[in-house]
Amino acid sequence: MSELTLLTATELADLVARREVSAVEVTQAHLDRIATVDAKVNAFLYVDTDGALDQARRVDAGEVSGPLAGVPLALKDIIVTKGVPTTAGSKVLEGWRPPYDATIVQRMRAAGIVVLGKTNLDEFAMGSSTEHSAYGPSRNPWDLDRTPGGSGGGSSSAVAAHLAPIAIGTDTGGSIRQPAAVTGTVGAKPTYGGVSRFGLVAFSSSLDQAGPCARTVVDAALLHEVIAGHDPCDSTSIDAPVPPVVSAARDGDVSGMRIGVVAEFKGSGYQPGVLARFDETVALLEEAGADVHEVSCPHFDYALPAYYLIAPSEASSNLARYDAMRYGLRVGDDELRSAEEVMALTRDAGFGDEVKRRIILGTYALSAGYYDAYYGQAQKVRTLISRDFTAAFERVDVLVSVTTPTTAFRLGERVEDPMAMYLADLCTIPSNLYGGPAMSVPCGLSPDDGLPVGFQIMAPVQADDRMYRVAAAVERLLGSDRLLEQAPAL
Amino acid sequence: MAAAAITRDDVAHLARLARIAMTDEELDHLAGQLEVILGAVARVQEVAASDVPPTSHALPLTNVYRADEPRPSLTDDAALAAAPAAEDGRFRVPRILDEA
Repeated sequence: MSELTLLTATELADLVARREVSAVEVTQAHLDRIATVDAKVNAFLYVDTDGALDQARRVDAGEVSGPLAGVPLALKDIIVTKGVPTTAGSKVLEGWRPPYDATIVQRMRAAGIVVLGKTNLDEFAMGSSTEHSAYGPSRNPWDLDRTPGGSGGGSSSAVAAHLAPIAIGTDTGGSIRQPAAVTGTVGAKPTYGGVSRFGLVAFSSSLDQAGPCARTVVDAALLHEVIAGHDPCDSTSIDAPVPPVVSAARDGDVSGMRIGVVAEFKGSGYQPGVLARFDETVALLEEAGADVHEVSCPHFDYALPAYYLIAPSEASSNLARYDAMRYGLRVGDDELRSAEEVMALTRDAGFGDEVKRRIILGTYALSAGYYDAYYGQAQKVRTLISRDFTAAFERVDVLVSVTTPTTAFRLGERVEDPMAMYLADLCTIPSNLYGGPAMSVPCGLSPDDGLPVGFQIMAPVQADDRMYRVAAAVERLLGSDRLLEQAPAL
Repeated sequence: MAAAAITRDDVAHLARLARIAMTDEELDHLAGQLEVILGAVARVQEVAASDVPPTSHALPLTNVYRADEPRPSLTDDAALAAAPAAEDGRFRVPRILDEA
């Protein structure tokens, strides 16, 4: 493998800026690695060789610049790209070439980032393993029989397998953080509204948020700053300065910081080796000068059931747009069938099992007679979870927990048991319901199976810099930016 | 209120509402799964009292306005480029009315 693919985004950008290597060379090294290795991990659904090399040439010609200029990136295939196929992992969008670029894609292009291609995901980001992708699962570079997490398993496996130093994910209930945790990489969900959703194919609009994936905390922060900031095209976008995430990631000083360990996220159901690594990391933070407390958030136990009512309800409404009329798949149009029949046949053929399951669940939760007992109650639980966060953040600066209860599970192990699959998101969902930022940073390998463990940091709304500060401390204390050196060669 | 038993007919009704033409086999399979999932998510009914207001969105939302001025947009060709069928600069759709 080319040494260029072992470097961080920060190192690559520096070499390109000093003209020691060209952006074209950097891009070609990663395209070559994709050509030889991607068949093993199935991270990419589409590789945009020509577009990537064109953009690299623009960087080398000095037409675009920025702190990550010339750095290749893997883009989750739920972000629309003008003229470049965008499937959202679904047959219903197979072959679709969107007529516009998402705001974050425009920003990354203007900053000189090179988009290599589009990465695999569970269909419409609904899943925790990529096994619900219509295009086959991605695989975990640490063990090819295991999941790289989901829904953003394509982006996490691309970063972990050195196919790209950085990637974009989207996180509705943990789809950036859980894949990062199980692949030994860094993943951050910004504050809801911190990054534009314009051009993000909608799953659950009150929860969806795009964010960075990387191998180091500083690389994630640099990408965060490129994509964040107000966008008039997204009415939920926050019109306020972006929190200083890069300086916090470079600083990493936690002395005097008040860190709250969530009391509810441990115990039975959690892998002992995962909890052991988590506890060790908390102890190291305390030694580094942090003031550690245990904090109870009594309603976090109800986050999972609330999420699996709210997200499917919003999805059942959002996915009504796949009506076979304006774009996407159309099945059964024989000039005799009605539009409604064609629509129903198309949606049966175009959607996979998990998407249908969630649409039907959401339709049930929103239907007359059940609305108050399900959707209405879930919205009240959302209030209680936000109150838990608010009360906790009066006592501590950040909350921490494991990112996901176990290390990477085997492909096939949970795909027939939806509730077992949903448990992978147990610890990540509260931040989505509350809207605050949260990220996962590697905290070593579980002693029982040798697989990566993720450490989650949750911060108050618009205090994204605090989580980067703690994540940088963890990375420094454990040397976890070098964890991937222990992964088997591909 | 515990989750009610979910029958194949219940799922068939929901599938009609959601415009998904599922097979009987799919309906049966989903009925069993839905019952399990609803049993688990019904836990939300244990906690939230009547004095707790619902939250629909993480941020306090206000409507966003902009000046009502024409600006460049997609061309007809770009808008129709991905259409399953197009005719005379318009989307061509299957029949909507009940005419033979």
